[in-house]
Amino acid sequence: MELTAIYYLLPALFMFCCGVYGFITRKNMIAMLISLELMLNAVDINFVVFNRFLYPGAFEGMFFTLFAIAIAAAETALAIAIIINIFRAVRNIDVRSLNEMKF
Amino acid sequence: MDVTIPILILSIPMFMFVFLGLLGMKMTHKLAGVLGCLGMGTVLLLSYYTAYVYFFSGAPEFVNAAGERLQYLVFDQTWLQFTDKLTIKIGFLLDPISAMMLVVISTISFMVHLYSMGYMRDHHGVYEHGFQRFYAFLSLFSFSMLGLVVAPNIFQMYIFWELVGASSYLLIGFYYIKPSAVSASKKAFIVTRFADLGFLIGILVLSYYTGTFNFTELTSVPVEGIAGVTQIDLGTAEGVRGIFANSAAPMFMGASVLTWALVLIFMGGMGKSAMLPLHIWLPDAMEGPTPVSALIHAATMVVAGVYLVARLFPLYLMEESALVIITVVGAITAFYAAVVACTQIDIKRVLAFSTISQIAFMMVSLGVARPEIHEGLGYMASMFHLFTHAMFKALLFLGAGALIHAIGSNDYTAMHGLRKYMPWTHITFLIGCLAIAGIIPFSGFFSKDEILSSCMGYDWVAYIWMSLVAGLTAFYMFRLYYLIFWWKEHKIPEGHHAPHDQPWTMTLPLVFLAAVSCVAGFIPFGNLVSWNGHPYDFMEHFDWSVATVSLIVALLGIGLATVMYRKENSLPEKFRNAMPALWTWAYHRFYWDELYMFITHRIIFGCVCRPLAWFDRHIIDGTMDSFAAITNKMSDVIKPLQSGQIQMYVWYYLVGALALGGITVLCLL
Amino acid sequence: MESTGSLILYFIVALSMVVFSVMAVTTRKILRAATYLLFTLFAAAVVYFMLDYEFLGAVQIAVYAGGIVVLFVFAILLTSRPGDNTERLTSRSRVLGGIAAALTLVVAGYALVSRCAIAFAARPAMENPDMETIGQTLMGTGHGQYLLPFEAVSVLLLACIIGGVVIARKR
Repeated sequence: MELTAIYYLLPALFMFCCGVYGFITRKNMIAMLISLELMLNAVDINFVVFNRFLYPGAFEGMFFTLFAIAIAAAETALAIAIIINIFRAVRNIDVRSLNEMKF
Repeated sequence: MDVTIPILILSIPMFMFVFLGLLGMKMTHKLAGVLGCLGMGTVLLLSYYTAYVYFFSGAPEFVNAAGERLQYLVFDQTWLQFTDKLTIKIGFLLDPISAMMLVVISTISFMVHLYSMGYMRDHHGVYEHGFQRFYAFLSLFSFSMLGLVVAPNIFQMYIFWELVGASSYLLIGFYYIKPSAVSASKKAFIVTRFADLGFLIGILVLSYYTGTFNFTELTSVPVEGIAGVTQIDLGTAEGVRGIFANSAAPMFMGASVLTWALVLIFMGGMGKSAMLPLHIWLPDAMEGPTPVSALIHAATMVVAGVYLVARLFPLYLMEESALVIITVVGAITAFYAAVVACTQIDIKRVLAFSTISQIAFMMVSLGVARPEIHEGLGYMASMFHLFTHAMFKALLFLGAGALIHAIGSNDYTAMHGLRKYMPWTHITFLIGCLAIAGIIPFSGFFSKDEILSSCMGYDWVAYIWMSLVAGLTAFYMFRLYYLIFWWKEHKIPEGHHAPHDQPWTMTLPLVFLAAVSCVAGFIPFGNLVSWNGHPYDFMEHFDWSVATVSLIVALLGIGLATVMYRKENSLPEKFRNAMPALWTWAYHRFYWDELYMFITHRIIFGCVCRPLAWFDRHIIDGTMDSFAAITNKMSDVIKPLQSGQIQMYVWYYLVGALALGGITVLCLL
Repeated sequence: MESTGSLILYFIVALSMVVFSVMAVTTRKILRAATYLLFTLFAAAVVYFMLDYEFLGAVQIAVYAGGIVVLFVFAILLTSRPGDNTERLTSRSRVLGGIAAALTLVVAGYALVSRCAIAFAARPAMENPDMETIGQTLMGTGHGQYLLPFEAVSVLLLACIIGGVVIARKR
């Protein structure tokens, strides 16, 4: 049995779908952030897989993933700072309570 | 003649208007009034000087070797140049009638300025609110009226014509918190504007064919050797008629185009001079302060229509039918107004209708004037009557103002028996009444007698008709006089002062005008003013039979009034009961106002405006409103999409992106 | 043809990736969700190892597992008491989320499986990139080298540090 690219892509796709589901259903903002990390990770895997299977001599996919990891770290740090700030303000991190600016 | 004085005559009132209008509120009432009077006094002296120089200096530009008076264009400045041909100028034309009008306007205006110093304050000496504004408007009016009479071209006349209309509007509506004053001012403005529409069309027709606005080019020939001097000449008017007759379409709807133009111009005069059927604004205009009524609605502005016809008189001579229309309109108006005046109980309304009637006299006089009838006596008589009427009608109005000021009411059933309390007013008012009734030797006798002579020469029907009106005039004026000054006086309520004579600022104009009314008849007016400038000896045409008859008619009218109103009795009541219909109709001014209301409200508003308004509201507005409503509905429908829930946004975005992605995959790959 | 060992490893990794991501988004205890995320990230790291990118796998473990998940744990402990359950999900949101996830799966899966022939290509041979290559690629300025993004990311991280301090500081 040959492990072709699809064997790596399908679990990554499934992971991505889980991230989508979580992001839409979760009310806790940290849980939403976790779902976001899942999606990001699925995409990282895609980069690496395509890099490895199609252009084995090049490193573009790998470095993209590398930078994506760095940026994800930055983004998570900021998002958590914001969440904590919100928590201080409303004692709550339920995303549904943040609709002051609708219409 | 130097141009300084004419320019000053126009610019001083103009300056006073701007000055008092802008800075009046910064100064005390008294200072504003004194400044206004000083300004107008200066204009008075300058006008007198100008008229004196024009009539008596004998300079070659004013009178030729044959003693004929000439027209002198003091200056004529291009104001608006539209094209090479179409130029509007501002100028100053000095001729017999404009010089005479300068005297009339400045005299009455100055008297009114002086009089208002006393009138526009209450019994405790407190000036009325807006006193400075009042003087500013008076100055504006004086400026406009002076500009009107000296206009050397018809367009300048039209501009100042509208300016006097505007200042009349402002002054009628001076008590702008009173709804009746507001509606009266609007009425005056709208009615005269409507008439001015005809005037404007007439101007355009006339100038389209003749290619000029200048009066002198329409009616006069230049005098050789002196620049700016012209002389009235029928040959020029013939030439104008020739232009019309040779035009492509000389006739329009059965009348010549020239007739149309002249009648349309006369329509403007009808509006300003309150001829039937455009008279309805003048009685209501009495809502303004009484000095304003004296100045504008008795002596000066309302005779602008007469003045206009007199200005274009040689042209009117060319079209017999236009003159006939003027005569008929004037005659009907004179009789109508006199009958109505017999029944009114508001003192100012009586005087207003009397004014209408007297202006109609002047119109008739112009209408019957022909060069071949007593050498154009009617023209001179009209101007003479304009002069004397201005003096005695201003006197009567100012006297009425004094009464109203003393009593606090316009209704003369509230007055009665005032001769003991107000002797000065009584005497001067009596002189005014005698003058308007036409009793020798007061001024009205001479001017009215000349009008009647002129009518006599034209047609005996006109003569009898106008004599009847003259008798009615004497009757209603003395009815008014007796009701105010005779009868048993009302009891003065406890704690009220008896009515008393007014301060000198009000008495002086009364005395002055009364004196003028006494002696003005002896002015040899024919030597000064005649239709073609030719000196005219009135005594040659003096008809003693006419004079006697008119005197008898006037005395009859006075006698009837004496019998009926000298003392309180039942005769008027019986008289009224004998002719209830006539009395009611006259009392309600023959329902002209109601007729106008019917036409405007029921017919025009009901049949034209209301469907239009419906169309506007429902179709036009409805379309726009439905656009707005649909937009509004749409926004209500899609508004919930923006719920503030970020997860829903993500969902919409994701589903949309997936739909696009799915389509791409299925269709393109 | 793969060795049996690597096949077994693959199935373990794929299975744990699927299972842990499902559990990460469905568990009602938020701290457990963070833990399942950690496992998923480990599985991803193993995938990188399997695809011969050892350096990347190491970074994944060090940064993601070591840094980000720890951040998550701190944040969770700051904002909720241990043992707290998140609220029950409404069926409406579950349906909406399910639709979106299923739709994603169908569209992307269909595209991958039926329209993407390269997905079935065999794995070509590749040398493990050694550290020198990686270092020169990261620090070089030539074609296909990444000094500028590297510096940009470093500035970004600096900004992020400052921003995090500013946003989260007590007022």
